[in-house]
Amino acid sequence: MNSFIDYTVNGLVIGNVYALLAVGLALIFGVANLINFAHGSVYTIGAYVGWAAITFLHTPLAVTILIVAVACGALGAAIERVALRPLQGRARIAPLLATIGLSFVLDQLVQLIASPNPRALPVDLPDWRISIGGGSVGPMDILIAGVGLSSAALLYGFLRFTKLGYAVRATAQDRDAARQMGVNVDGVNSAVFAIASALGGVSGLLVGMYYNHIDPAMSFQATLKGVVAVVIGGVGNVPGAIVGSLLLGLTESYGIALFGTTYRNLFAFALLILFLLVLPNGLFGGRKAVEAEPMTGTFIAPSRALRVPDYVVAALAAGAFALPLVAPAPYLLQVLTNSWLAGLLALSLTLVAGAAGQMSFGHAGLLAIGGYASALLATDYGVMPLVSVPVAGVVTSLLGTALVFPAFRLRGHYIAIATLAIGEIVSLVILNWESLTHGAMGVTGIPPLSAFGYEVTSARAVYWLTLSALVAFALLQARLSSSHIGRTLRALRDDEIAARSHGVKVTRYKALAFGFAGFGAGVSGAISAHLFSYLNNQTFDSQLSLLAVTMAILGGMGNILGAIVGAVALVGLPEAFRFAAEYRILIYGIVLLLLVRFRPQGLLGTT
Amino acid sequence: MAPLCQVRALTRRFGGLTAVDALDFEIAQGEFVSLIGPNGAGKTTTFNLMSGLDRADAGEVLFEGRRIERLAAERIAALGVARTFQHGRVFGNLSVLDNVLIGAHTRLRATRPWGGPVAELALALWRPRSVRDDYAARESEARAIVARFGDRLTPRLDHRAHSLSYANRRRLEIARALALRPRLLLLDEPTAGMNPTETAEMEGLIGELKREGLTILLIEHKLDMVMRLSDRVYVLDDGKRIAAGPPDAVRDDPAVIEAYLGHSGVGRRPQAEAAE
Repeated sequence: MNSFIDYTVNGLVIGNVYALLAVGLALIFGVANLINFAHGSVYTIGAYVGWAAITFLHTPLAVTILIVAVACGALGAAIERVALRPLQGRARIAPLLATIGLSFVLDQLVQLIASPNPRALPVDLPDWRISIGGGSVGPMDILIAGVGLSSAALLYGFLRFTKLGYAVRATAQDRDAARQMGVNVDGVNSAVFAIASALGGVSGLLVGMYYNHIDPAMSFQATLKGVVAVVIGGVGNVPGAIVGSLLLGLTESYGIALFGTTYRNLFAFALLILFLLVLPNGLFGGRKAVEAEPMTGTFIAPSRALRVPDYVVAALAAGAFALPLVAPAPYLLQVLTNSWLAGLLALSLTLVAGAAGQMSFGHAGLLAIGGYASALLATDYGVMPLVSVPVAGVVTSLLGTALVFPAFRLRGHYIAIATLAIGEIVSLVILNWESLTHGAMGVTGIPPLSAFGYEVTSARAVYWLTLSALVAFALLQARLSSSHIGRTLRALRDDEIAARSHGVKVTRYKALAFGFAGFGAGVSGAISAHLFSYLNNQTFDSQLSLLAVTMAILGGMGNILGAIVGAVALVGLPEAFRFAAEYRILIYGIVLLLLVRFRPQGLLGTT
Repeated sequence: MAPLCQVRALTRRFGGLTAVDALDFEIAQGEFVSLIGPNGAGKTTTFNLMSGLDRADAGEVLFEGRRIERLAAERIAALGVARTFQHGRVFGNLSVLDNVLIGAHTRLRATRPWGGPVAELALALWRPRSVRDDYAARESEARAIVARFGDRLTPRLDHRAHSLSYANRRRLEIARALALRPRLLLLDEPTAGMNPTETAEMEGLIGELKREGLTILLIEHKLDMVMRLSDRVYVLDDGKRIAAGPPDAVRDDPAVIEAYLGHSGVGRRPQAEAAE
């Protein structure tokens, strides 16, 4: 019983922190119609600004909170002005992609300035605790609850009673109508980003103080938690976001109580998937069906694909095959091997996100399934890699398709969020299913690639093997693309309603796309596992999923040659120029931002 | 002989608004029937219910004697009901030819091989002789259909549909619907946004389809055209059928005149547009 109260208090406190994050996301979604993936970065920056103020200026708590709010508010306004305002009128997912790019940039900047190592955030609070019916509440709990409640009250007052608040609500209801009635819509956007970011920053500070721990990697999880809370409450609904946050906090807290801390995030994402499937509009979103506009979730800029003559492609491939004979330096070959493996991932993504229009933010989950399947078959069951790798491809194809299958009826941003959550769930299941996956220990001693006792270990042999796999998949995918299946996928991407009205079984073709794409990604993950010889649940993380999205966009969505070019450019080049390796994520972020803004059709054009 | 398509007591409510209210009508094989009525009368909603894009709250739709109102849109299309959309929904990033070929999707043998989706994938990749022939046959059909629109679409076969003019997109939609070889064709305002010359040209084409024996259900606001083409006309207002019969009889029906003139002129009643 005591512990029940403790867990409840803990859940409500964490819920309050999530609420500070989620309210900002909901406000931003309301007026700007986008899920702000940079929100977690602002939260992290809030924590670091607070840390700097306490450490260098020895500010008292109230002043620290004020400094954090002002600094993050300014940052939020700047984000809106620089990265998002120029994207008005673009594909609806364009600003979302821009915020992903931005989050890469901000996170890496924090790392470069403050070092990637975690820091302690000293708190100057008394250490008494009040007992409540067996549980206890400390000053930190009260502080967080106080900040949470007072910001909610302030926000309510602002939205209800101030002129700017009216303008915000008007803009959220109908942007164009508000503009025509003389509302400065850009100003409203700016104000909302500032307020949301101020709250997000304070939330980061409070979490840092609560756990006495801050690190630059905390931003992505924060964004995800905020998104989960917002979807539960009904996207764009501010009171809904608060209720969703408290519900999420409690669910996590009770989940920890019942199963242990490693299950915490699994509960969060399972809750998200549950809501997406059962109540996609959330608790407060009403019963209105999810919007059925064509192409809201896709990122296909109308363009003509650059026609690269077949003989040029053949010559490029021949050159790639001949390279080890001319330039046998193992480092170069390893870099390119990594590029070929990333190319397989990008090919897989460009099929589902480009050709079929199902934006996937969880593609690394497919690599993880393939990697683990092959690694476990080879280590625990003694299957030779020649067999385990293709088997892993088939397993990934089937399992990956089965996992996304329930999400096929989602549209727009929701499919991206669902795939993101599914990717996280894959990683968390791997972490927790110890009897199969060895849990947090990971899989060690994965044998190198081999067939009938012959091991493929030299840099050259591995290079040729991965290049062959890549070329084979690219050819198959080109063949698929030119078939009636390719045409059908592009049709359902452009307009699902019209496709269905002409007899296209949408689910069947989405499943075909994911099945085909899953095989390629699974093989890539499997080969990687044998090359790395070690895997754990974080080998293929969400950042890799988002990198794959960047590769596909860089090459041109749906463009097969483009996917390979994108992979080589983003994986190969930064490694080839060693000095750039440290700034890799920064480069990815900037590339993504520039692409979305200036060349949405990518280098080779969309198909 | 039983009619090709029968609609019985079809009803669809949106909140407090009954967009389609116990509607009854039927279409015989080879007949040309029009649905007219002011905006918001429930015409497009009726199309959505008949084509499986929306679910009726009550009533039934029979096509060739079988109930289809609960079937998914793709099943209804496979049975031979094709439709066009009021506001035009072409596949913007597909070429004109590919758009028409999607219309022929249900008739590709390669889309339903023995062995399910995996076999379909294998066939698409391997492409044996039979599949290649199938592809080629559908493509020459598609070219022939496009050729019916004169030189409007033929020179643009390889253009992406988003680059077409509005009128050409409407033509492309009809070409796509024809590629399904429909037994019943639902046309939702095929001449909306067209100038008089283009309208006359479209009327010529639709008349040609009628003479070929295609069964057509038309929604149209241009009443002259409706009167010239239709065998029978149903008039809707507020989701209810207010008149039915041959064009001449309907034209002089007091209830029809009331419905049109009672609301400021033909087809202008914005407050009920939500139901469209």
